[in-house]
Amino acid sequence: MPTYEEIKQTADERWKDLTEGPEPWIRVGTALSGQSVGASEVIDALRKTLESENISARIDEVGCLGLSYAEPLVDILLPGSGSRLFFRNVTPDDVPSIVGSYLISGELPSDKVFGYLGDDPIDGAPNLGEIPGIARQHRIALRNAGNIAPDDIYQYIANGGYAGIHKALTQMEPDDVIKEMTDSGLRGRGGAAFPTGIKWSFMVRSPGPKKYMLCNCEEGDPGAYNDKGILESDPHTLLEGLMIGGYATRASNGIVFIRHGHDVPIERTEEAIKQAYEAGILGENIFGTDFSFDIEVALTGESYVAGEETALMEAIEGKRSQPRFRPPFPAAYGVWGYPSTINNVKTYSYAPEIISHGAEWFSSIGVNRSTGTAIICLNGNVEYPGLYEVPMGLTLGEVVNDIGGGVPDGKDLKLLQTGGPLGGVLSAESMSIHIDFEEMRDAGAILGSGGIIVGDQDVCAVDLTRVLVAFCQFESCGKCFPCRLGMEHLLEITERIVRFESRPGDLDLMRSVGGTMEASSLCGHGQLGFGPIRSALTHFEADFMAHIEERRCPTGSCLGPRISPKNTRPYAHDFAPGAS
Amino acid sequence: MDLPAISAQDRKRILDAINHQRRPTVTVLSSLLAVQDELGYIPDEAIEEVATLNDTTINEVWGVASFYTNFRFTPPGKHNVEICWGPTCHLKGASHILKQVMDQLGLEDEGETEDNNISFKFNTCLGACSTAPVMSIDHHLIGRLTPESASERVGSLLNES
Repeated sequence: MPTYEEIKQTADERWKDLTEGPEPWIRVGTALSGQSVGASEVIDALRKTLESENISARIDEVGCLGLSYAEPLVDILLPGSGSRLFFRNVTPDDVPSIVGSYLISGELPSDKVFGYLGDDPIDGAPNLGEIPGIARQHRIALRNAGNIAPDDIYQYIANGGYAGIHKALTQMEPDDVIKEMTDSGLRGRGGAAFPTGIKWSFMVRSPGPKKYMLCNCEEGDPGAYNDKGILESDPHTLLEGLMIGGYATRASNGIVFIRHGHDVPIERTEEAIKQAYEAGILGENIFGTDFSFDIEVALTGESYVAGEETALMEAIEGKRSQPRFRPPFPAAYGVWGYPSTINNVKTYSYAPEIISHGAEWFSSIGVNRSTGTAIICLNGNVEYPGLYEVPMGLTLGEVVNDIGGGVPDGKDLKLLQTGGPLGGVLSAESMSIHIDFEEMRDAGAILGSGGIIVGDQDVCAVDLTRVLVAFCQFESCGKCFPCRLGMEHLLEITERIVRFESRPGDLDLMRSVGGTMEASSLCGHGQLGFGPIRSALTHFEADFMAHIEERRCPTGSCLGPRISPKNTRPYAHDFAPGAS
Repeated sequence: MDLPAISAQDRKRILDAINHQRRPTVTVLSSLLAVQDELGYIPDEAIEEVATLNDTTINEVWGVASFYTNFRFTPPGKHNVEICWGPTCHLKGASHILKQVMDQLGLEDEGETEDNNISFKFNTCLGACSTAPVMSIDHHLIGRLTPESASERVGSLLNES
């Protein structure tokens, strides 16, 4: 097997050929957001046009640059140029004019030019590096997203990839890695914000040799796509993070757990694993050391609760994804009874950079106990929706107004829904809140998985709450009754309010049911399920009272079609004893 | 619903799918997903085969199959239409798109059109919220929808039959 230095040399040569070689290099964003607006059709058109014009150029499918509103994004690096020229909202019809003017005559086409990124200014094109959507980002986990081809391990290595695990294996003891992670202040990005280094340390003394590092990419949260975004854009960064975790905790195996149906993240992760094995970066005696590590992909069916750590282990074992009782905790008794540690894709993806650049570098970014960056999925009624990695400590207003461009069509901002369906609903007054785990929690919302949905003045807070409650009811796994029955009651009452048929005492009844769920549910799904209602009641009591007392919806959106599925999941008692 | 027994050819497809899984770890769930990918649904016979392969009971396999909402137990239509009803899509007008498309398909809930040509399903999140509202046709995502553009896409499927 080649050494790391040899692999790196090959990677650097290939990268030089790509960026300074004789052929133009065309990159097209084909993450889910790009694909949903026709990126694949644009690539087909590009290939066809290049062929008919007899131009030789390299085309790579890349991940997400973050600026989803401009997708499909195409960028071209001409030979001899130090800058990439970006074209926005490209359709197949635009392709001949882009190729004809820029590739053939080096001129800018009349429209669709978005701007340039790089050191050499391109005449007539704005500098994208100066727009808030790029300038205010600090990309660590997403450092390669949109820049390199996810299916080319050499592009990853040329950009510093696998240097972190190489440094850990050759210059650090496993305990040094744990200390570095702890000192960095990194906390779990899946929602619970538990310090990662401390979590890893739990498994160090668990008996081996078989121990598992599990990666959660269930990501059923409506409004979040940052885990999938990393896997689509740069799957090697996750693999390297898993390996670093494996070395630190003396684990032998890694499993990446992805929801069935998310084809692009699954394919790109599996391709990355295959390439890592071929390069000798996974498997036995990695980089000639005595560290060996294997990674595989496991799929879950559709179930939101499968993202809960013990439910995830049940799903990997092929059972219903219902949470286990704890103790025993995963570090002692995890998947198939082996010691296991679970982190989210985002959390692992920071590890390579933390090891490469040191804990001090990472902890200098962010505020208070929230170090590093937040990976935000900004959606809804906002001018520039997208995937933005920003330093912790920015205010919600800076994210929504500066980066997101505010609410379109001259309308006013009414609410923010943060942290996924188990998070909270905040009002326009909350724009001064900082993105900080504690500050968000104290405000009654959570940072959670990083989803922020913006609602304008036409959004009814009660109607939005109904959708969140319907989701949580639909996804209750049914194992414990506070959640199973509680969510059903909460949905029933919310629907009554929306239909202007509420009964006296309904709000108190909801609070009572919510309190029981919070105190007695087995996992976070039931414990947090009342969160959206409580925060909506705090910030938008007037909306609720209008529905309850005046029997009217102030925005009129409750009068529209009201369609949402009911949970049809059969509960355990529908089956014979012993049927799981 | 009583379904006719499956053909010998389909039984072979089931056996091939579960006996030659691509991923190293074989479980009840991975086997069921393999069948669903191959046939588009889980026939009774597959439940039996999955139970045999994993050395467990039919009851256990049904328990898993009925839990995950992506499994279906009747043959799907030729085309598959899913529309997201998650919060972002909802804010961006998904309910109007849902109503329009469901009226067009003559459906009041999830299910198949009368000619069994199109299967329609609600989806909780297709993962492209930044281009909401989103639908998928035969697992191909389509974002930035309006009721009109959604209706046009579905209309071209209807005209096919």
